[in-house]
Amino acid sequence: MNNLLVAESVSKSFGDFRALNSVSVAVPKGSIFGLLGPNGAGKTTLIRIINQITMPDSGHVLLDGEPLQPQHIQNIGYLPEERGLYKSMKVGEQALYLAQLKGLSKQEAKKRLKYWFEKLEIGDWWNKKIQELSKGQAQKIQFVVTVLHQPKLLIFDEPFSGFDPINANLIKDEILQLRDEGATVIFSTHRMESVEELCDHIALIHKSNKILDGKLTDIKREFKTNTFEVGLQTNAIDSVTNAIKAKFEVMPATFRNLNDDVKMNIKLHEGDTSNDLLSFLTSKAEVHHFVEVIPSANDIFIQTVKNN
Amino acid sequence: MNHLPLIIKREYLTKVKNKSFIIMTFVSPLIMIALIAVVAYLSQLNNDKERAISVLDETGVLSDVFVNTEHTTYTILSNTNLESAKELVKAKEEFGLLYIEKSQDTLNIVDTVRFYSDESPSLSIMSSLERKIEDKLSNTKLQRDGVNIEKIKASQIKINIAQETFTGEKTSKIDSYLKLFFGGAAGYLLFMFIIIYGNMIMRSVIEEKTSRIIEVIISSVKPIQLMMGKIIGTSLAGITQFAIWVVLGSVMIFVLTAILGINLSELQTPQQEIMQQAMQNPGMEQEMQLAIASFLNLPIANLLIAFMFFFIGGYLLYSSLYAAIGAAVDNETDTQQFMMPIIMPLILAVYVGIFTVIEDPHGTVSTVFSFVPLTSPVVMLMRIPFGVPIWQQVLSLLILICTFVFTVWFAAKIYRVGILMYGKKPSYKELFKWIKY
Repeated sequence: MNNLLVAESVSKSFGDFRALNSVSVAVPKGSIFGLLGPNGAGKTTLIRIINQITMPDSGHVLLDGEPLQPQHIQNIGYLPEERGLYKSMKVGEQALYLAQLKGLSKQEAKKRLKYWFEKLEIGDWWNKKIQELSKGQAQKIQFVVTVLHQPKLLIFDEPFSGFDPINANLIKDEILQLRDEGATVIFSTHRMESVEELCDHIALIHKSNKILDGKLTDIKREFKTNTFEVGLQTNAIDSVTNAIKAKFEVMPATFRNLNDDVKMNIKLHEGDTSNDLLSFLTSKAEVHHFVEVIPSANDIFIQTVKNN
Repeated sequence: MNHLPLIIKREYLTKVKNKSFIIMTFVSPLIMIALIAVVAYLSQLNNDKERAISVLDETGVLSDVFVNTEHTTYTILSNTNLESAKELVKAKEEFGLLYIEKSQDTLNIVDTVRFYSDESPSLSIMSSLERKIEDKLSNTKLQRDGVNIEKIKASQIKINIAQETFTGEKTSKIDSYLKLFFGGAAGYLLFMFIIIYGNMIMRSVIEEKTSRIIEVIISSVKPIQLMMGKIIGTSLAGITQFAIWVVLGSVMIFVLTAILGINLSELQTPQQEIMQQAMQNPGMEQEMQLAIASFLNLPIANLLIAFMFFFIGGYLLYSSLYAAIGAAVDNETDTQQFMMPIIMPLILAVYVGIFTVIEDPHGTVSTVFSFVPLTSPVVMLMRIPFGVPIWQQVLSLLILICTFVFTVWFAAKIYRVGILMYGKKPSYKELFKWIKY
């Protein structure tokens, strides 16, 4: 597979505290990679190592096949969780300064900033000071500054915090568009619904160790329990229920349906297919609802973290 | 990639464009000048106050010593007693009454002189009165014992030892004062510069931490580059401010003297009066020439070059420490515990400079402190006008540079870790641990 970023058995200790314990991740090119984990798991340390803010004690990181070097920071755009801007500096000056630190020329930076400011409809902020803007407005500037130098790798740590739903959606669309234009995104968040929406791959870090990673669909397949949510319509509720219970493992189900004479979660036997279940059910009653229960990212997160 | 110029430019422009910086730059010379003018005016006011003192001399021998001066008028009372004299002085609202009681031995009136007044008189008035009486009485005593006063006066000899080094350079006391002045000015300037602009660096580091921009910045530049950029940018802003102060100050003094007609040199303080009296001495002219000569004799080139190196070295050394402190804490109130170890050697340096360099510029104490890196910039700058061997200067500078390199390394370590630490106030132990991260 073609990976943009590969971290191989990266370890890092702060004094006696081991923040990362031989963590390896591979981020495929053009994907959105969710870096998940409870608070204090070591995500930020890993991100800082990728940004060369801290050096790993052992292990190494490859960007596009090359070991990380100082000039690689031009290829990375990083939106930290702890972020802010110079409060008394004007928006335009500040954005130009930060863009130049990422290696853009002043003219080029100005041109691109103009484009982005128009796109996000914030052109009239150029001469305002950051302290005159609201938190969400400052976040928008921060987002623009992060992506302005068109980096190959974008790292967003909780990018939606501080945004209202409309702006969060706007930023989400921008992230997806950047991905479609070829950027690779590492995305760290606690909001599992955005992981569900955005991420192609995930890695789960817990207590300094990586405990899970892979394609989100593969992981879900792995975590699914061959359980189906079933809604049936019948006159003989009791006899149908008993017949099913005699043959399958059954759990109560809650979902909304118009006809809900019988509602249950049914777990398949080893080797049985969904068709086997379906044909059994059709022989007993009228099937109105038949859905495979797919574990959510949230379920996977909680289950994995609890089991470790 | 070298972002240093970019960072320096931003730091410089942010400082210079800052409103309070601009106000400070343009208002503080005004305040200084105003302060000087007020003090000068007030001391003039004080001197102008005229005092009237009445003297009741029952002995009758002292009347001729009280001669009216610009600020004091004496009235000699006679044919009256103490009580009515007191009444008289009170009625005339005079400053006070000097009463010399009659005694058997006119020359032995040590305990019989009294001064009556509403407010207690100042020390200088009392000692001037005492001196007048003492002089008169001792002269009278000497005359009574048959000593010729004129002969005593004629026999007083003033010695001025001419100083010359073995290599034939003429030196003088004036010379020493001049050296002291230049050395002291250089050392003190460095001291002030470190305190003012070191603090500014510290605050700007703390600002980056509290505004949380720091992580964004150091994902683009190395912390040490950011730190050096900050130090250099702030120093340049400081030099700009100093330059403006010097220019503004001179312009304002010029304008004040020219337009308002206030001649600052005419605003005399008592010290200046004494100085002027001394100037009128014969031989003073010669000494002035000697002063100019000794100014020209100062190791000026050495002084300038050494000033540059020690100033830059000392300033960078301290400002990197200030930057490290800024990185270690979250807000300014937490800086106190770390400020002490920085301020102490600075103050020590200034005191060593003032007390030992004057006494013995090449003595053990001043020599040792001019090598100790934290005090050497100030102390060495004070010593150099007195002539310090080049090898000592170079050695001291080398030590300073080595320490500076070490301090920058140390500060960068703390800086690198500290700027990403939030929430807790670190202890010295923790700071030490950070070095190993």
